[in-house]
Parts: sequence; C-alpha cells; structure tokens
Amino acid sequence: MPIHDQSYRRYGGGRTSPGRAWTVIARAGILNMIRRRAFLGVLIFAFLPFVIRAVQIYLSTNFPQMALLAPTAETFREFLEHQDFFVFIVTIYVGAGLIANDRRANALQIYLSKPLLRSEYIAGKAAVLFVFLMLVTWVPAMLLLLLQVLFAGSFEFLGRNLFLFPAITVATLTQVTVATFTMLALSSLSKSSRYVGILYAGLIFFTGAIFGVMTAITGNSSLSWLSLGSSVAQVLDVIFRVEPRYDTPWLVSLTVIVGLVAVSMSVLERRVRGVEVVT
Amino acid sequence: MPWVCGAVFDSLRTKRGASAPRRKCPETGRSTIPYIVETLDINLETAAPPPRTAAPTAGPVVQLDGVTVIYGQNPALRSVSARFAAGAVGLLGPNGAGKSTLLKALLGFVRPDEGRMTVLGMDVAERPLDIRARIGYMPESDAHIPGMNAVSFVAYCGQLAGLPAVDAMQRAHEVLYYVGLGEARYRNIETYSTGMKQRIKLAQALVHDPDLLFLDEPTNGMDPKGRDEMLELVRDLARNKNVNLILSSHLLPDVEYTCDDVIVMDKGQVAAQGPIADLKGPAGRVFELRIKGDLPGFLDTLRAAGIECHSTDEDVMRVFVPSSVAGHGRDQQLLFSLAARQGAQVRHLRPSIPTLEDVFAKAVGDD
Repeated sequence: MPIHDQSYRRYGGGRTSPGRAWTVIARAGILNMIRRRAFLGVLIFAFLPFVIRAVQIYLSTNFPQMALLAPTAETFREFLEHQDFFVFIVTIYVGAGLIANDRRANALQIYLSKPLLRSEYIAGKAAVLFVFLMLVTWVPAMLLLLLQVLFAGSFEFLGRNLFLFPAITVATLTQVTVATFTMLALSSLSKSSRYVGILYAGLIFFTGAIFGVMTAITGNSSLSWLSLGSSVAQVLDVIFRVEPRYDTPWLVSLTVIVGLVAVSMSVLERRVRGVEVVT
Repeated sequence: MPWVCGAVFDSLRTKRGASAPRRKCPETGRSTIPYIVETLDINLETAAPPPRTAAPTAGPVVQLDGVTVIYGQNPALRSVSARFAAGAVGLLGPNGAGKSTLLKALLGFVRPDEGRMTVLGMDVAERPLDIRARIGYMPESDAHIPGMNAVSFVAYCGQLAGLPAVDAMQRAHEVLYYVGLGEARYRNIETYSTGMKQRIKLAQALVHDPDLLFLDEPTNGMDPKGRDEMLELVRDLARNKNVNLILSSHLLPDVEYTCDDVIVMDKGQVAAQGPIADLKGPAGRVFELRIKGDLPGFLDTLRAAGIECHSTDEDVMRVFVPSSVAGHGRDQQLLFSLAARQGAQVRHLRPSIPTLEDVFAKAVGDD
C-alpha cells in the first residue's frame, strides 16, 4: 500500500535570480515600521507644517488681502528647514535599530549566508530610512508645489520658479542621503539602538555646539563646516538660490557632506560582515 | 534502534494532530501514523511535489586545497586540504580546532589567505552567490531577525534566498512543522527557549531547500530530549531526504550517530578524514580481558596467534582479535582456548566496540 511522506519535501518552484534581496529587506523593514502606531503618529505629526503651508498657499491665492503670504522660492527652502526636526526624529526612530538590532540578534550571519551581497544588505536597510525620510521631505514639498498650481489655477508661479522641481529634489536627496548613511554607519557600530540614537543626537548637537562656541569666539561663521547641520543648511541655501547664511564657502560645506558619506560607507564596509574578527 | 524510531514518530505525531487513524510502528509497536496519507482518494503521482533531484553524488560536495586562514597573527586554518563526500560528513574537533572558521570560509564570510575551495563544484571565490543559493547554514550562536514571529522569519529567509513570497510562506509552514515548531510558529522568536531557537535556525537553513547544509554545533545548549530530537532530524535529512550535510561538532556521539564520514580537525589542521567505519580500523572485535596466571607468557601466546594486545590501567588489557584470525563469532572461543593452552584463568572478558572516540583520541593525541 503506497504511502506519502508529508514531512520534508523538495521545493520545485521558481527562484528569483540574485540581486533582488535588497527589495525584500526594504519591504520588510518598511512594513515593520508602518505596523507601529507610534511611528504612524510621528509621520502624521511630520505633516503638520505641510498643512500650515497649504493653508498659507490657499489663503494667498484666494484672498487678495492675504497676498503678503504668497509663496516664493524661499518658502520652500524654509519648509525644508522646518522639516529638519522631523528628519532628525524619523532618522533616530527608524534608523537607530536598522543594523544595531541585527547585530544584537546575530542576524548578519543569517542574512549573509543567503545569496545576497553586503552591499545589497546595506542598500535594503538604507532604503527603509530613505523612503521614510523622503516621505517627510520630498513628498510634502512636491505636494505644496502641486497645491500652489491647483489653488492658483495657473502655472504662473511654477513657470517663474521652474528650478524648484530639481532644487527640491536635490536638496531633499542631500538631506536624506547624509542622514541615512550617517545613521546606518552609527547603527553598525553598536548592538544597542538606544545607544545609537544617543550617538546620532550627540553628533548633531555636539557639532552644532562647537560651531556655536567658535562663532562666539571668532565673531564670524566661517567655521560652520564643523557642524553637520550647518554644512547641510549652507549647501541647501545654494541649491535654492538664496544667500548662503554662513561665511564658509559652500564647496567646503559640500566637501564635509561628501566626506561624511564616504566615511560612513567605509564604516559600513568594515562593520557589515558575516563574522566579526577580533584580533 | 527502537528509541530512535519512537522519537521520530513522536515528533511527527505532534506535528499532525491526533485526528488521523492510528497504526503501529512496525519496529516499536507504537501508534504513529497520522502523518501518513494513503492513496484512497489522492492521486499521489500528481499530488506529490516533484521528486527530489539527486544530490550531487559524483565527486566531493566540498573540496579544500591548501586553505590557510589567519586572524591577525593567529592561524585558524593551516593549509587545510580535505574532501567532503556526498551524504553526511562530520567535522569533528575540540573547541578552537578551526571547524567554525572552515564553515565561515566556505560561506565566504572569511577570505582565505591561501588556498582554493569549491562547494558543489563551484569556486567559492568566484561564485559565492550561486553557492549560497544552494546551501543552508545553521550558525552556532543564537541568530534570528528581531521582531518577527517564527513563520515570518522563516518565510523572510526563504524570500532572501530567492523564493517567491507565496512559496516562501508555504515552505515556512512546512519546515516549521518538520522541525517540530508547528504549534509555536506564530510566537515571537525572542520568547523561544534555547532548544526552540536551535530548531528555528535549522528551519531557516532548510526553507529554500538547499542541496548542502552546514550545521554548526546544532545541539548546543539543548536538553537531552531536545538533543536526541535534533539529531534525529539531522539523521533523517541525511538518510531519508538525501540532503548533503556537514555537521560541525565537538561531540563525538552526535557525529557518530548522524554521519557516515568524518573529518577530524585539530589546531587548524586535518588530523584524520575518511569513512567512520574505515577510521575505526580493520574488521575484528576488541575485548577487555583480565586473567589470572602467567601474564607475560599469555601475552606472547596471544601475539603469536596474531592478536594485538594493549595494557590499560589496572590489570585489564584490551585485545583486538582480527576477523582473519578467528572465524566469525569464534573470537571468544579462541581467547578461551589460548588461555587454557597457557594454563591461565580468564577472570574478565567483555566485548568492546571501537568508537569514534578512539579515532578522535588517536587523531588529536592524548593532549
């Protein structure tokens, strides 16, 4: 009498070719965050400035006596500057545990025993933070631009400020890339997400404090490159074609940003490994 | 081996519930059969998944040629050359012998300073992703993805290995039942006991149906019952499911129970390798023997008859009677007759089977 063993069976289905595992990591990470109600609250809170700006645009386009509220290119720069706070919060909330938690649970050897490269792992983790940061920067900024056209009923503002499309995109990419890689690098240095969060906050506030002290001592702001936040702000001013706020040449600020991203990548290359060798 | 059969059937019974009609295990007589489906109304030819493709049996599944790995100033592997045959191969050695390093080098976690390695016929340095798509790795230490329950974790691992999401989820359920976590598959892994964590590691290694499994100390931290069940799973995979596996362990009984071949490592080098049966020595039987009478004369008589003698502590000696000297089943009679010829009294005679422990002790030395 034939019998059928239902225990362990061979898999006969299809397989995707290597190279797509980062999408699996990114998708799982995004879904994991969205399931958290507290995080959804943060996201909603992050859209409050958007609502305020939307009301401002609505009033200025529909009520002539409110014309002084009419948006300019600088309005969008200010909007992104206000979003810095939410970039900071989301970066810590989402990013602190991205690699640190995997290191705590020895998950790296699980990941890297599968057919994926270390760069794919990093890309997948970076995508999680990148998506949420774009959600609180690029998405609302672009929506504001769209609302301006809709409320005004004309493309006049857009025609005069066509550079805003690439400016918003490049500016948010700069903001988000710096935050993403800095946080991932810090996250790879520790097994505690809380410690990573403190490290990131320390990096932002400590460098800002040093710059503040140096400004008070020297009487000018040529040392703004000491502060990560100030360096990003300086570059964003240039992108939005407004007067740079510090005395530091913007190329120096850009070099600091690029250098920080490069250092972060180097740290990730050293820390994201299947085995930790202590010699 | 009735207890073995019982353990397997017990574990399978818990996986399938108790609703199916019960039968008796032919070996133990215990009720066992809920997992067996008869072909009364199922066409098994079509319902069954594709038959398991033959594991690569021609040639070794893993080959190392002069592999050297150095951590800083400390060599972990010293010019290791070894061939892992198809089937179950034990990687045996004391702690620090280089077993885990060897597995990590094969996975590409550690880049060798010298030497060449091939896995399933593919060069580790050239095709690491293709290799990792076909192997499963169960790490030694606790390892999981934080914040996931068991079924999500295993399905996630399946997707990482290239399975479509739906297939990965289906396979996750199947392998979790197989490793005995069917009832606990919706629990967060961080609430699991040590034994359950060992099982979940095996499940994630199996989910994508690998051709070769690397099991690094799979019974670490498990209680005796859990250890037996884990060994039974490993043995079942190797013997009945045709999965090639490399079992790294410092526990001799684990390797001896599950594997056919063994590679003994010591201080980063291969101390012995080959089929366990061959390493245990030529056919014959070993006895513990104690006599009263002329001991030197009796030893001379035994050696003259082609029997090896080794004195041990106390006054008990170990004698090896080759099959070629005594006929099958006549070895004890031979010893008695030789003792009688010498006028010695046999006070103690007990058969002793050569074990892997003997091989291990011989390979790594007394230290």
